[in-house]
Amino acid sequence: MEPLMAVAIGILYATAIFMMLRRSIVKLVIGLMLLSNAANLLIFTTAGMTRGAPPLIPEGMSAPVGNVADPLPQAVVLTAIVIAFSVLAFAVVLIRRAYEVVKADDLDKMKETDT
Amino acid sequence: MRPEVALPVLLPLLSGAISLLFWRSRPVQRFIGIGGNLALLVVSLWLFVGVMEEGYITLEMGGWPAPFGIVLVADVLSAVMVLMTAIIGLLMGIYSLATTGRGHEKFGYYPLMHLLLAGVAGAFLTGDIFNLYVWFEVMLVASFALMILGGERAQMEGAIKYVTLNLLASIIFLTAVGLTYGTVGTLNMADIALRLDAAEHSGMVEVLAVMFMVAFGIKAAAFPLFFWLPASYHTPPVAVSALFAALLTKVGVYSLFRVFTLVFDQSMGYLQDIMLWAAAITMITGVLGAAAQFEFRRILSFHIVSQIGYMLLGLALYTPLAIAGGVFAVLHNMVVKTNLFLISGITHRLLGTYQLKKMGGLYRERPWLAVAFFLSAFSLAGIPPLSGFFAKFVIVRAGIEAEAYVVTGIALAVGFMTLYSMVKLWNEVFWKTLPEDNNVPEDATPGGDDGRLIKPSLGMMYFPVMMLAAATLMIGVFAEPIMQTMNLIGDQLLAPEHYIEAVLGVTPGNEVEWIDQVTAPQDGAQSEGGTP
Repeated sequence: MEPLMAVAIGILYATAIFMMLRRSIVKLVIGLMLLSNAANLLIFTTAGMTRGAPPLIPEGMSAPVGNVADPLPQAVVLTAIVIAFSVLAFAVVLIRRAYEVVKADDLDKMKETDT
Repeated sequence: MRPEVALPVLLPLLSGAISLLFWRSRPVQRFIGIGGNLALLVVSLWLFVGVMEEGYITLEMGGWPAPFGIVLVADVLSAVMVLMTAIIGLLMGIYSLATTGRGHEKFGYYPLMHLLLAGVAGAFLTGDIFNLYVWFEVMLVASFALMILGGERAQMEGAIKYVTLNLLASIIFLTAVGLTYGTVGTLNMADIALRLDAAEHSGMVEVLAVMFMVAFGIKAAAFPLFFWLPASYHTPPVAVSALFAALLTKVGVYSLFRVFTLVFDQSMGYLQDIMLWAAAITMITGVLGAAAQFEFRRILSFHIVSQIGYMLLGLALYTPLAIAGGVFAVLHNMVVKTNLFLISGITHRLLGTYQLKKMGGLYRERPWLAVAFFLSAFSLAGIPPLSGFFAKFVIVRAGIEAEAYVVTGIALAVGFMTLYSMVKLWNEVFWKTLPEDNNVPEDATPGGDDGRLIKPSLGMMYFPVMMLAAATLMIGVFAEPIMQTMNLIGDQLLAPEHYIEAVLGVTPGNEVEWIDQVTAPQDGAQSEGGTP
């Protein structure tokens, strides 16, 4: 399972960077979305994927028995998803406002503040 | 229970929440803007005094023991940075009263300011690498919103670059955190350090170190990753620019200091040269970029980049003295750069422009403002006896001791070029006579967004400027006690075993047994949770 996930994550990262390098601001935001999804999947995968073994502690014991799934990366990913969601909501509003002001879906028309 | 460690984070969150409740009442928001930041200053002082006595104060959040729960750690570096954040926050609160337009206040300027301070303080105090990411995001979201308040075209253009590159940095950071967890199975920074020391030194560790360096390098605006900064920092209102200049890049620098002295101290041998040259080129490109500019705030933005180079140089030399100098440079820069931005705000109000060509004559009109600018600008260039001289002196001395002559020479040369830039500002803004085509606003209290005059005006703007100008002079005159604190920071950062001991309660040398003991109950299991 892990090698398959690794390939999928790699493709996600590559697609995201490709989208971010294009001139359209909409594609820029799509790139950011894919990038945060790729990072979340990566965290999920690096901690090891264990099927059907919830980390529950049996009654009367102080530690789970056997090879159980690690709950921490799932909590981390959940936090990261929420953060990514809020930031992307902001980014979408930002590109809409930018489009209203600049009247173009083109990053090359937005270089007045450079240099 | 040590509440003073958590309070610098909780208080601004509370002030932000309360001012959100009073969304429609500007007077209440303004009052909380000052009162909340004053309270933050008090608790930061409390924390600072405690840390100076004990060295390290830790607080385990929610009562979970150290490597499992989130732990807040204050060492001298954290405490000093939090204290500076509180001071700058209070002064910016006062300055904002006079400069923030009604439109900005109506759309949540003060709650966002509190949220930003909470994020910054959280990043300085946390001892958990994922928690550091969370605080970075809190800070970033607040800064995004502050940056586009007002919604002008330049702000939108600047914000797109700022948002994209900072999100990219965050994702690199998050990826590195995920890979770190996959490699060592913990997120507590002290615990990561222990396990990396005990583990076989593999190529993966170098990859992680470089990923963290790139992520924090973007945040800190180091060469070649700084392009978002000069493209965006001059676009928001000047109080926001000053707040960003004081705090945001410094959080990146702080994270570099923390991660590369505590977690990846072994990788420094390999990364030292890269960091050294990145620091040198950061200094040069920043100061050259500034030389080409004729807009007040853009010159200052490029100088932020240049000064970041000095701080990184302190880290890259990697001796206690150099690190002390690097942190000294951070403090000095927080005071001086903020003040220069604030002065640019006052000159804008007086002359109605940021373009140097159209400015002039302020030396005759406003001599005290000229004095404040003179102190700050020449402190930035490193003229004795101001604060910048000592920061630069310590770094240069550490560089000579480390026999890094070329880089040290570059640092000195960049000092001269900074002086050139500052003299240019002095000549154009204060010394030369006012050009005739300038239409100076007749009233020095311009209207807010709804056209009404903003009342408590220039006095409120002068107060923080004078305070910060006095601070740079005082830091220079009383450099000795400050330098002692900096030396303490240098010693603490290069002896990470004390930090680890304070957090985990494990004495160095026993880490292997300690790791065995922590992970013993589940043989071969990857789980972290559920240990007694």
